[in-house]
Amino acid sequence: FVFIMRCNFRIVLFLPPGLYKTPGRKMQIWLFYEELVIRPLHSGDIYASFQFRTVWETDFMRGNKVSHYRLFPKSLGQVISKFSVRELHISFTQGYWRTMQWGQPFQPSPPGAELWVWFQDSVTDVDGTWKELTNVLSGIFCASLNFIDSTNTVQPSASFKPLGIGNETDHRFLRYATLPREIVCTENLTPWKKLLPCGSKAGLAVLLKSEKLFHSSFHSQAVHIRPVCQDWQCKTTSWELRQTLNVVFDLHNSAQGKREWSLFKMFSRTLTEACPLASSSKIYIDITDNPQGEQFEVSPATPLLSQAVVLGDRRTFSVYDLTQQITFGTVRSLNLLIRWKSSEGDMLRPLLHAERYVAGYGLQTGEIHTLMYNNHPYRSFPVLLLDSVPWYLRLYIHTLTVTSKGKDNKPSYIHYQPSKDRLRPHLLEMLVQLPPNSVTEVTVQFERALLKWTEYTPDPNHGFYVGSSVISSLVPSIVAMDTNSTRERPLFSSFFPCKEESSYFVRVYTEPLLVNLPTPDFSMPYNVICLTCTVVAVGYGSLYNLLTRSFQIEEPSPGLAKRIANIIRKMRGVPPL
Amino acid sequence: CLSERRRGQLAALSIAAVVIIVGVPLWWRTTETYRAWLPVNQINELANLQLQLSADVEVVFARGTVTPEQQKKVPTQVVISLCLFCSSPLEADLSLHTLSESPCGSLVVYVIPESSTLLPEDVDVYIGQRRTALLRIGAQMRVGRTLEQLLAHLEPRIKQVLQVMSFSHTDITAALSDRVRLSPGNKESIADSMRAFKSSPGYEITFSLLNPDPKSHRVHWDIEGAVQTYIQPLLTKLAPLANFSIDSQTLYYAMLGVNPRYDSSRSAYTLNSDSLAHVINPVEARLGSNAASSNPVLNFLLYVPDAHHSPLHIHDHKKQEVLSNAFHSPRWGGIMVYNVNGFYGPEAVFPVDININMAKVMGVFLAQLRLLLGVQSSAPPPGFLVAPCSSTGLADWELDRLMWSRTVENVATATTTITSLAQLLDQIGNIVINDNIAQQVSSAVTSLQLAVAELEAGNLGFALQYSKEAILASERAFFDPSLLHLLYFPDDQKFAIYIPLFLPMCVPILLSLLKIVSEARQKRRERQAKKD
Repeated sequence: FVFIMRCNFRIVLFLPPGLYKTPGRKMQIWLFYEELVIRPLHSGDIYASFQFRTVWETDFMRGNKVSHYRLFPKSLGQVISKFSVRELHISFTQGYWRTMQWGQPFQPSPPGAELWVWFQDSVTDVDGTWKELTNVLSGIFCASLNFIDSTNTVQPSASFKPLGIGNETDHRFLRYATLPREIVCTENLTPWKKLLPCGSKAGLAVLLKSEKLFHSSFHSQAVHIRPVCQDWQCKTTSWELRQTLNVVFDLHNSAQGKREWSLFKMFSRTLTEACPLASSSKIYIDITDNPQGEQFEVSPATPLLSQAVVLGDRRTFSVYDLTQQITFGTVRSLNLLIRWKSSEGDMLRPLLHAERYVAGYGLQTGEIHTLMYNNHPYRSFPVLLLDSVPWYLRLYIHTLTVTSKGKDNKPSYIHYQPSKDRLRPHLLEMLVQLPPNSVTEVTVQFERALLKWTEYTPDPNHGFYVGSSVISSLVPSIVAMDTNSTRERPLFSSFFPCKEESSYFVRVYTEPLLVNLPTPDFSMPYNVICLTCTVVAVGYGSLYNLLTRSFQIEEPSPGLAKRIANIIRKMRGVPPL
Repeated sequence: CLSERRRGQLAALSIAAVVIIVGVPLWWRTTETYRAWLPVNQINELANLQLQLSADVEVVFARGTVTPEQQKKVPTQVVISLCLFCSSPLEADLSLHTLSESPCGSLVVYVIPESSTLLPEDVDVYIGQRRTALLRIGAQMRVGRTLEQLLAHLEPRIKQVLQVMSFSHTDITAALSDRVRLSPGNKESIADSMRAFKSSPGYEITFSLLNPDPKSHRVHWDIEGAVQTYIQPLLTKLAPLANFSIDSQTLYYAMLGVNPRYDSSRSAYTLNSDSLAHVINPVEARLGSNAASSNPVLNFLLYVPDAHHSPLHIHDHKKQEVLSNAFHSPRWGGIMVYNVNGFYGPEAVFPVDININMAKVMGVFLAQLRLLLGVQSSAPPPGFLVAPCSSTGLADWELDRLMWSRTVENVATATTTITSLAQLLDQIGNIVINDNIAQQVSSAVTSLQLAVAELEAGNLGFALQYSKEAILASERAFFDPSLLHLLYFPDDQKFAIYIPLFLPMCVPILLSLLKIVSEARQKRRERQAKKD
């Protein structure tokens, strides 16, 4: 034993310290990035978006079992390898994103829980794996994902394409489900934070205090896992885990109406260090609408500026690099302060937004209206609309109408899968062209079904939720110029803007619907039993009497007066009447 | 008029008869819960189970241990000459192993002459790495005794060998601890028996590197290579016992639950043995359970103390430093503290890159793994010499020993599960017993009976296989969710629902029956009065 030790020691002496590795085994690359984007909103609210990205280089496509984890959380790694998941996207959201007030979010998500998963094509029993996966995920995230079953799962044919590498687009391996009723709270945040390499001990994650995060108008946390390329040629692949958390703090609720924000006010913490495991740790503040500082001022000021085209718009950001000691200044803590000077100015209207409501009266029929707004002044563009409606709203698909500007707008692609009672929901996917500067209305009538009395939720009079419609689209960009001219390109191809940046991908979620179903009085079954039994018993009793009693003619008994008279006569000793 | 009365009585009687003969059974059948047939008799037989273990022992006499006339009486003529050129018992063991491949669970005892120089002077029994033992024939055995006497002389010693190499009374009682109450007394043996994990068809082994201070230490460990070199051979050997899966993770900012105390005399931090119990809980919250399976998890943690709390030493009850700087928690796993402050000087630039010496770490973890899996390394009786561990870390007979106790434990657990399930189903009549549950129960019972029979026959491999099947089937039956459906539907509610129907229907029937009876009685009395 001692001899072996000495041998090892000698080898160490000859190698540079970083390369002490078993020969023949490739070094794995693990990277971790963290980032916070703060965007002051014109309404006086503030939008903070956290992103934590872990990259793990591994050749997962060959299907070999990987079981040694460093920065990537073990629980998620086990889930990926056990269920042969290729891509997993899960989000938990409390509140509804108000697109017209706040603009487009960086990561859109519907209210409640949303889960969509691409499985690898080696999976044979996709439905069984999906069921098991949702159960395991509900354990990991402490959420009611176990309520996902065949009645709320759909296989969209066009709306959800893989976001990572891989050319498999057979939608048999895709499952999509939403739980609009899901309530998101601290117990979902804690396991989410546990997946971070630094936990909530260091770096940006120290700001994630649940008492502040859930005291907000909008809270959304998500986990995205997908395979990505490591380099331009895509020679090596890696798993990417993106954990995002978006929160909008309310002007009146969190800031007591004062248009002044600081990290401490938002999160009740300041920053003192970056996560030591992070390769990059940055804070961006969106100062696009404030180039000369006339709207608000940011302190401490930073000389670092960065430009990026985000959602079709060129934005300017102040950058604070937390890996640099100078960022924290002399007090060794960073407390960003944003103070508004004027409350004027307005926001660029989002080019695409949508809303939805249910119309009609009574408890038998109704109508779902979906409105899609194209605010672009002169460009029309196609959108993909996905609707998943539970089976207990029976859609009359022949009443489906799509109108824009008062005219019939015929969808160029319709994929409709009718529901089966208690088995699967309706799935409606449409490709609709939205004319410029218009509102397109999609209506469809439905009939409410009667549920069995065990199928009602514990509070049936609250109503039943119908998940958000999903609108996915490539929206024409406002900026057409490619700002990134560093890439090698021939001169003749670089004058006109490149095609990729002339439009950008947007996913918009509408409001979930709350529909009332005819609700019985739940003591009814016992009442019905009692009533029926009484009727049966009465009928039976009279029948029984008819069958068993014998009827005889009886002398009518003497009247009351006669009886009294008889008693008197008896007392007198006179014979009765 | 009389015939009219008679007709009424007949109608009442026939209605009562229809209600009793047709109505009641129909109601009973339609409201009854479905209960498939269970092999109750066989389960009751299992409840008072008599286990009988038998192991094949082959005794081979070497030349010079038996006289020719004794040789004639030995049923099979296997008197061999031990390899002449062997200089050590280890070589003899290996060469003997190639001579006869003994099946799992059996033993071969070679009896060698008193004068043999194969074994050292004071050693009487040598236990090899396979399923063989060398036994020196006693000095008092003079040539010329009968074979019976010779065998009678050898018997207690072979029994002793069997107890070391296969099973002893204490092993089996420990394995049966679920069913048999341990005799109070030997506290040490109870602690020993509770250390190992319960028998399970699979285990998850998780190695976690805890780095509470990533700002100062950048710790690297080649866990993949170490698992391949040190752990995998043992697990391959243990493969017939259970399925093992291994993974590893690195946890940052994972703190121990206790603040170590600074010992200025040693200029080191110390963890006392009585505070070790509080170390695990806060760490366990970070470890994360295994999401993908429900097998028990064996945790092995390597804790690298942060720069401000280094070096850290674990102290035992006598306030002495524990040499390995590690401890284990029964049925949970092990923790090792790995001090790295010696790897860099005081002027080092943080973070420091540190490579962990995996041979040292894995040596500790391997020993803990053996303990937690129940590979017992109790001291052999005097006069015994045990061969050194082979490269796999586990001798064949150690595996056999483990298999014996695991089989008995499996049989005991499955029997307990099945009998308690049968009791439960017997007590609560509302539980629906589906066909698949009945099928699981009967397959568990069949496997149990087969396992017991194979144990009696000494076929250890098959016995283990059947006992595993029994445990799986019994657990599946016991935890089937369909058993819960009607558990909370009491009988009084059922009657409450039917009372509005039954009460108005039964009252007229009962009344008319009473009337008929009283009339009949009166008639008889009148008739008797007439007779008188």
